[in-house]
Amino acid sequence: MDIDLIQNVLYATIRNGTPLMLVALGEMVCEKSGVLNLGQEGMMLMGAVVGFIAAVTTGSSTLGILAATGAGMLASALFAFLALTLAANQVATGLALTIFGTGLSAFVGSAYVGKTLEGLQAINIPYLVDIPVIGKALFGQDILVYLSIALFFAILWLFNRSRLGLVIRAVGENPEAANAVGLPVLKTRYLAVLFGGAMAGLAGGYLSIVYTPLWSEGMTSGKGWIALALVVFASWKAERILLGAYLFGFASILHLIMQGSGYDLSPNLLSMLPYLATIVVLVILSSHKSQSIWFAPKSLGQPYRPQL
Amino acid sequence: MLKLEKRQYDSRRMALLSPLIAILLTLITGALLFSLLGHDPFNALYTFFLAPLSDLYGWTELGVKVTPLLLCATGLNMCYQAKIWNIGAEGQFIIGALAGGWVGLSFPDVETYWMLALVLVFGVLGGMLWAGLAAWMRTHFNANEILTTIMLNYIALYTLLYAVHGPLKDPAGYNFPESAQFGQYITLPPLIGDYRMNISVLFALLALVICWTLLSRTLLGFQIKVLGEDRAATAFAGFSEKRITWWVMLISGGLAGLAGISEVAGPIGQLVPQISPGYGYTAIIVVFLGRMSPIGILFASILLGMTYMGGEMIQMDLNLPKSITGLFQGMLLFFLLASDFLISYRIIPANKLSWART
Amino acid sequence: MGAMKQLELINITKHYPGCIANQGICLSVEAGEIHAILGENGAGKSTLMKIIYGVVKPDAGQMLWQDHEISVKGPAHARQLGIGMVFQHFSLFESLTVAENIALSLPKQGCSSLSELSRRIIQVSRQYGMELDPERKVYSLSIGEQQRVEIVRCLLQDIQLLILDEPTSVLTPLEVDSLFATLRLLADRGCSILFISHKLSEVQSLCDQATVLRGGKITGTCLPSQTSIEQMARLMVDEDTAISKSYPRAEGQASVLVLNQLSYQPEEPFAMPLKNISLDLRAGEILGIAGVAGNGQGELLKLLTGEYLGAAGEIEYMGEAIGKLPPGERRRRGIAVVPEERLGRGAVPNMSLAMNDLLTGYTCDLSRFGWLNWKTIVAHTAAILAKYRVKSDGPLAQAKSLSGGNLQKFIIGREISQQPDLLICSHPTWGVDIGAANLIRDELISLRDAGKAILVISEDIDELYQICDRLCAICHGSLSPIRNTDSVSINQLGQWMAGEFDTETPATPFQEAVHA
Repeated sequence: MDIDLIQNVLYATIRNGTPLMLVALGEMVCEKSGVLNLGQEGMMLMGAVVGFIAAVTTGSSTLGILAATGAGMLASALFAFLALTLAANQVATGLALTIFGTGLSAFVGSAYVGKTLEGLQAINIPYLVDIPVIGKALFGQDILVYLSIALFFAILWLFNRSRLGLVIRAVGENPEAANAVGLPVLKTRYLAVLFGGAMAGLAGGYLSIVYTPLWSEGMTSGKGWIALALVVFASWKAERILLGAYLFGFASILHLIMQGSGYDLSPNLLSMLPYLATIVVLVILSSHKSQSIWFAPKSLGQPYRPQL
Repeated sequence: MLKLEKRQYDSRRMALLSPLIAILLTLITGALLFSLLGHDPFNALYTFFLAPLSDLYGWTELGVKVTPLLLCATGLNMCYQAKIWNIGAEGQFIIGALAGGWVGLSFPDVETYWMLALVLVFGVLGGMLWAGLAAWMRTHFNANEILTTIMLNYIALYTLLYAVHGPLKDPAGYNFPESAQFGQYITLPPLIGDYRMNISVLFALLALVICWTLLSRTLLGFQIKVLGEDRAATAFAGFSEKRITWWVMLISGGLAGLAGISEVAGPIGQLVPQISPGYGYTAIIVVFLGRMSPIGILFASILLGMTYMGGEMIQMDLNLPKSITGLFQGMLLFFLLASDFLISYRIIPANKLSWART
Repeated sequence: MGAMKQLELINITKHYPGCIANQGICLSVEAGEIHAILGENGAGKSTLMKIIYGVVKPDAGQMLWQDHEISVKGPAHARQLGIGMVFQHFSLFESLTVAENIALSLPKQGCSSLSELSRRIIQVSRQYGMELDPERKVYSLSIGEQQRVEIVRCLLQDIQLLILDEPTSVLTPLEVDSLFATLRLLADRGCSILFISHKLSEVQSLCDQATVLRGGKITGTCLPSQTSIEQMARLMVDEDTAISKSYPRAEGQASVLVLNQLSYQPEEPFAMPLKNISLDLRAGEILGIAGVAGNGQGELLKLLTGEYLGAAGEIEYMGEAIGKLPPGERRRRGIAVVPEERLGRGAVPNMSLAMNDLLTGYTCDLSRFGWLNWKTIVAHTAAILAKYRVKSDGPLAQAKSLSGGNLQKFIIGREISQQPDLLICSHPTWGVDIGAANLIRDELISLRDAGKAILVISEDIDELYQICDRLCAICHGSLSPIRNTDSVSINQLGQWMAGEFDTETPATPFQEAVHA
């Protein structure tokens, strides 16, 4: 096999997997606190469009990224108000956020279709980046890739060592007991949801500012949904999210490999691959025998109505 | 100051009022939005909601939009009553269109209306197959239907793209990604004069009545509702969750498939890359806005059909992007979810003691 | 014992929409005093304790803690003051360890590391005779051990008032003794104890003072050691209600239900596997299975209803192997079931009583060829409501609008109206007020006298002795020997409940305790 091809595939896998990892990490924290937020696509698109507009308007990619993160948080705050404070049906609320976010982002971004942006430069660590095969993939990425890995370790630490992680797990397993023990259920869930929103917004911003510096309607193409499946794949444990994100990222670029190797399959069929992969993984991991499904936080998706 | 208090019984009155409150809030927000964009709010709202209906053509076009919404929503309602969150109406719509279309295009020389019937049947079967996949994954592997149906939506979309770029591409079509035009014997006959609205409107109304009867007067309908309310009771009573899942998924898949084939064998007239402006997703909003009741779903379909036409009108008259439709639809659902809060809770002055009422 | 008043309540009042939970409650507890709060289900005991612990705010009244007026802002504040509470339903997180659970309820400041906490847990638990391993995950503990976690959690916070809400309902007799020893140790060290219960014999042996609640108001106080059980019971219920009832024993005739070495391995990770359960239930008798929760009762019930399907031959009903039949088929053959969960399994909370009637009644004429005639169903439901004196807003009222007792009466009425030959009840009068409980027991006895077979699974030992003709116990998924009730002493039953099936203590006739 062509060495260059392997090098490019590894590089692209990590790049492609980064937004997935960000969203999945955020949603995992959210779900561990017991809240199911199906609005990932909407939040990502809001982040993407706001980030892109900010970056184009101010000329600064950094400001764009920050704006994207903020937009995601704001979108998730809307979800949190409905699903937490008003204890509305979380599935419907999440869907509403997706539909609304998709529509709003298309509306707001319509004037920016076709505008260009200079993306973020890659950080090429000298010497290390020249290592064959893995050099570019590991040491030649842009800063957000490294940020996502740092976040991964931060989340690991959160759930293995910190009290906040313990509180989140408790709230997710049994909010009534948590309330009885005096833990701040609603506040914890708000924090978790807002973190998830920030991650989704950041991922969206990554897509529109760094990955392909442009905006187009619906440009996330279902990555938000794949990230949701990723959380199931990881059995709600942070360790597996890294692995899963890059695996799915790999599935998304398979068509590059196919073309590079001279296979001539219809691009439409190849585009199906990540979605097919997601279904296969879900099916394997969800069955009772696999035991993964038992790791879901016990109160996931159930509205919590505190006694007023 | 005000405070929130839990009601003793869910308020039936609020359950009926909250969709109206949601609509009102959406209108107000829409008016604000239009003002912010520099347009006269009343004119804009008129353009959006009322102008499209100013002539018979407008009403028939409304019928064209309402039919797929009503068909999909009726089917989705069956699933949502059981709390089986089938998000795949869009994909089932597409596969229905593909299956029926493929059959119809395979026999271009047949000259009898039985062909149309066959095409419609295959449309239904296609949708049922697509939904059946998700049903199988849920019953056999416990795979979450939200994620599987959404993934299937994307796969369906790419299947359609593959088909119109490849096997089903019209050889006489100048290499555009579209199928051949549907012939006379596989096109749905119009209902009124020469307008685009066709007999599929009747299918939709019939489906609504049949499904409503099923839900309210049969044991199966009862089982569906019990599953939606209480899984433990379903098992305790001996109702098979698997059997119920298959029933609701196949019904909703079949109806979505019928909507799909009716769309391509009707207003569109051929297979093209985009055969749905998101009917499958909007139908979800229809179900919630319609309170999962037949009359409600009918009215909600009409209202949301109007938002599609409004978006097109606004685009023509005020030069605003068509995506304003999606914006209005999303807002409606949000406001509905917020107003629903008032069904279980009420707002009263803080110093009033609640028990004094009893 | 010091004469300082640890806690004093003055005119505490709390209302909820539709009911008066507490009205003008006055109470005082001294340091080192074990004070019982007696009352029937629904009398307002739990609400009062929640007010003291800060979970619920009173509408009126004052609370004095160590002679200072205070307002408890929440459980954390209560713990700061030195008040600890062990609820009937534990506030534990099953997927976390003992140490992690306790760490969560300690205040964040002065938070020691987990290892330091583990050491303290071992030390304190040993000190009070409640051994605990801090590293074990809570789901692997028995109910009695889980209660210890709750108590140790309180002990670690230097409490001066410990509130226990019905602590003994989940314990075997042996564990009850052990708990009482711990509580006496605590009291000797100056800690006050509020002990909520409706088990009068226990209160007599443990408590210094007792306050009785009925319908949200105080009906009296007494010194349990100097008051007879009948007198205490009379304070708890109104004049019309019968306090004690005894029923004659019966003997079973033909075999109705036979379990042949029934074994089952459930899929869920936390469920209890069943091992070789055998029993022979006859027509015209009531067989009782005693046991604290978590020993396999739930799994056994699901195998009997058909929610779990095992081997065909392991369950025989009227001679037919039914182990593989689904619930509907079993009902059609005459098996009726009352599960332990009333709302959310036995009945669908948001649905009307008529719809809930159909939930199990569809096997008997309420549905023909899949069609429903609502008029027939509603009339059928109305008949049940009348016959069993269920207080409700009619057949169209939502199930969740009924009180526990009324809902249970409805469910039992629904099952009996299907004219079953076998009735299986799980915890039939748990959380039910005495009037309804009496009616339910009367119905069960009538059914038995009409020649039907009844299986009762319950944690309530007094009740089992009252109505069962034969008794056994389930422990860790295995069944003890089955004997005539009158030949099973309470010690024997206690041993069976703890899993000691081999020893047979000599038969001494058991004196029926008055159950209120």
